[in-house]
Amino acid sequence: MDPAFITPFIASIQHVFATMMQVQVTVGEPQIRSAPTATYDVSGIIGMSGDVVGSVVLSFPKASAQRLVALFAGQEFDTSSPDFADAIGELTNMLSGSAKGMFQGKKKVTISCPSVVIGPQHVVARPKDVPCIAIPCSTDCGDLVIEIAIAQAPVAAANA
Amino acid sequence: MKILLIDDSRTMRNIQKSVLTQLGYTQVEEACDGQDALSKVNAYAPDLILCDWNMPNMDGLTFVKTFRTQNKTVPVIMVTTESEKSRVIEAIKAGVNNYVIKPFTPDLLSQRINETLTKKAA
Repeated sequence: MDPAFITPFIASIQHVFATMMQVQVTVGEPQIRSAPTATYDVSGIIGMSGDVVGSVVLSFPKASAQRLVALFAGQEFDTSSPDFADAIGELTNMLSGSAKGMFQGKKKVTISCPSVVIGPQHVVARPKDVPCIAIPCSTDCGDLVIEIAIAQAPVAAANA
Repeated sequence: MKILLIDDSRTMRNIQKSVLTQLGYTQVEEACDGQDALSKVNAYAPDLILCDWNMPNMDGLTFVKTFRTQNKTVPVIMVTTESEKSRVIEAIKAGVNNYVIKPFTPDLLSQRINETLTKKAA
């Protein structure tokens, strides 16, 4: 994967968490993730289309997700609450939207509305032949990971 | 002062509502997408609209374009993750009066609301 696609997500997670929750994010070494399952039990998922295609997953252990959602939304929610999923979806939306604005060149990229999946060992279908890069992150509220499986669109698809 | 708040995320509506409350604006109607907003906007007759861009059913840009065919005076602030210059220009051309990029601080949102209302009053 083009490293130019990774850097914006690192800047974006730090910016979003600092601005919305006053939480500092320490970013670890990006790694290739070959397992089809998401890293943790709570995942916010966004699709990208246009000049860049693929998916972005923000994956949290339940405990980290609950602490971060409490800071973001200003109140605690059980993971079964629709408001919990809404908050995770919005954090994923901000991460992806902010990152796509930092892609180099004048790329036209559209992001989907977020989906949220909660449960152990859930599988996120990723685009074929696009490697998934996992960026581990740690915060005072716990760990999380950004899983990025995106690539430059083939010319025909980008022009469609 | 009546404000229409359009965002598909309840969390974001609550965050924005709390900023509006701090500014003293308590008359707030909520809509969860562009279609919902169009069904409420005439009856509610807001003095200011805060509108997200990416939403299901009808996005914010389509809402603004449709709304502007019937109303050219009520100010609209777009509150969105869309930060590319081309997107901001697209929104302004559609009739948006001010623009806030998510993530935002409460201070920034307050500043944009005050700017917009001051311009409207001038």
